[in-house]
Amino acid sequence: MDISQIIFLIVATATLISALMVVTTRNLVHGALWLIVALFGVAVVFVLLEAGFIAVVQVVLFIGAIAILIIFAMMLTRRALSDEPHQTNSQWPISALVAAASFVALTGLTSFLPDWQWPSLAASDSAQLSGNLQQLGYALVQPNQFALPFQVASVLLIVALIGAVAVAGEKK
Amino acid sequence: MPEFTLQSLGDLIVYLGDLLRFLLGVQLGLPELVVGLIMNLLTVVIVATVALLIPVFTIWLERKVAGRFQDRLGPNRVGPYGLLQSIADVVKLLGKEDITPAGADKVVYNLAPLLSVVSVIAIWAVIPFGPGMIGADIDVGILYVVAISGLGTIAIKMGGWSSNNKFALLGAFRTVAQLVSYEVPMIVALLIPVIIASGFGARHPMSMQEIVIAQGNVWFIIAAPLAALLFFATSIAEIGRAPFDLLEAESEIVAGFHIEYTGMKFGMWMLGEFLHAFTICVLTAVIFLGGWQGPGVNQWPMLGIFYLFAKSFFMYFVVIWVRSTLPRIRIDHLLSFNWKFLVPVSLVALVVTALAQKAMAEWLPGIGDVGQAVGLFIVNAILMFAIVEFIRRGAREARAQAEAEHGSGEPGSGAHDEVSHGEASPGEAAAAATHAPAH
Repeated sequence: MDISQIIFLIVATATLISALMVVTTRNLVHGALWLIVALFGVAVVFVLLEAGFIAVVQVVLFIGAIAILIIFAMMLTRRALSDEPHQTNSQWPISALVAAASFVALTGLTSFLPDWQWPSLAASDSAQLSGNLQQLGYALVQPNQFALPFQVASVLLIVALIGAVAVAGEKK
Repeated sequence: MPEFTLQSLGDLIVYLGDLLRFLLGVQLGLPELVVGLIMNLLTVVIVATVALLIPVFTIWLERKVAGRFQDRLGPNRVGPYGLLQSIADVVKLLGKEDITPAGADKVVYNLAPLLSVVSVIAIWAVIPFGPGMIGADIDVGILYVVAISGLGTIAIKMGGWSSNNKFALLGAFRTVAQLVSYEVPMIVALLIPVIIASGFGARHPMSMQEIVIAQGNVWFIIAAPLAALLFFATSIAEIGRAPFDLLEAESEIVAGFHIEYTGMKFGMWMLGEFLHAFTICVLTAVIFLGGWQGPGVNQWPMLGIFYLFAKSFFMYFVVIWVRSTLPRIRIDHLLSFNWKFLVPVSLVALVVTALAQKAMAEWLPGIGDVGQAVGLFIVNAILMFAIVEFIRRGAREARAQAEAEHGSGEPGSGAHDEVSHGEASPGEAAAAATHAPAH
């Protein structure tokens, strides 16, 4: 077994355990902190897959922004959190079903698709890495590649921003 | 065995690294993997130890310089010039009782100061000390710095929440208002040197080492003075120092998020804060002041360490200077200053720099690094002038409006305005000006 595979196994186990803790821990703030650990584990997996840029962006966006906002929102409701005995509501069987179905669909997709290959964990030089980053940048603005989805995503974000301002702004 | 020459004396660290690699790999016959692991571990230990020892000196420096600013002597009892004061303080902190408040969340409470120090030390992994002297030359170095700084924000929130104290919680709330907001213009300002570095021929323009190499002919502070100012101002906000020290404003929320911490855990918060303050100075030196670049550094790479620390300590002096000069900004001014001034300015500076850089590369390909830098400097100067003019107009209109509302004949109101403008930083005046029309 390769050393990077051993590292992958350790990191993946830690990520899964902390992901489990996110949904099983009684204290919501602890859940959010476990979520940060899980997101960090995913970032390490990205590093092992040689996607350094995606790994760092994962940390910047998900830990640096989203997780912080989640914790902030929960801190405002501390009293309500500690008295909450129930972790699930009546919809848990449906959501469990949806989660299981999407897991089966994703693994089925990746296992049975003819041209699919698991990404290799082998090391390569940093020149190629930078090439990947530049290719990623070009691919996002090339009309025949991802320019359209990229623009649609930007428009969606702007709509969300304007919507947030409209909802939160003072009524005149 | 790598031969020891006069040249290797100038490049001592790289030489010692080669020597150790040779001894372990060839003499002892260890496999490549183990040698790499040992070398990496050594790098981590050395860089982290150096980083941890710096605050012992900078705390003394800060107290001494701040003392001079306030016309007093500063520490002068322990050791020559009070140099051993910090060590005495550390011994005192180690001996203090370690108190965990009742109702505190123990694990989170103890983890928070640790995370705060780790999040700062991790930045030192990508700081280039000289040619070939860098912990990890990753090709997304700048983004890595931003990502790691986010962990410090989480540490403050963890400490503030787990202390079970309302002042600590208030301090933690202010982190969202301050640190998260000021991260936005900081990231945008950091994009500008990346653009310029790629214009100067860097192949991985986000790697810290290549940013320094790209500044061989001209420092980025010439090519991007606006970005340098933005980065420095937002960085001071990120470390929570005066005039942005709302996280631990003594007169408002006692000590903010670390109010319940005692002994060495409090020491860890202090360590993290002072180390972070010095780290942003090193980052400013690396990104805008040429890092280890200086005369003779190509013959004697060890000189690079001296140049880097000389520039960093100069920036640290500026930080102390700002801290001893400016009063604390009010929280609403702090937020308007960020969202209504820094964010638009950084976005405009980014777009203008990108367009100017591309235009020069397209139409004036022969002007080289220095020509591009001079061109960008002119563009930046015009932009700064336009911004100041824009703010001045806004301020005049706001004042005219205020005088029309309150009556212009009020005695002393004009003089009062003069005084407050004299005391306030230009940014605060700008924030007040941009804030006023909203009412």
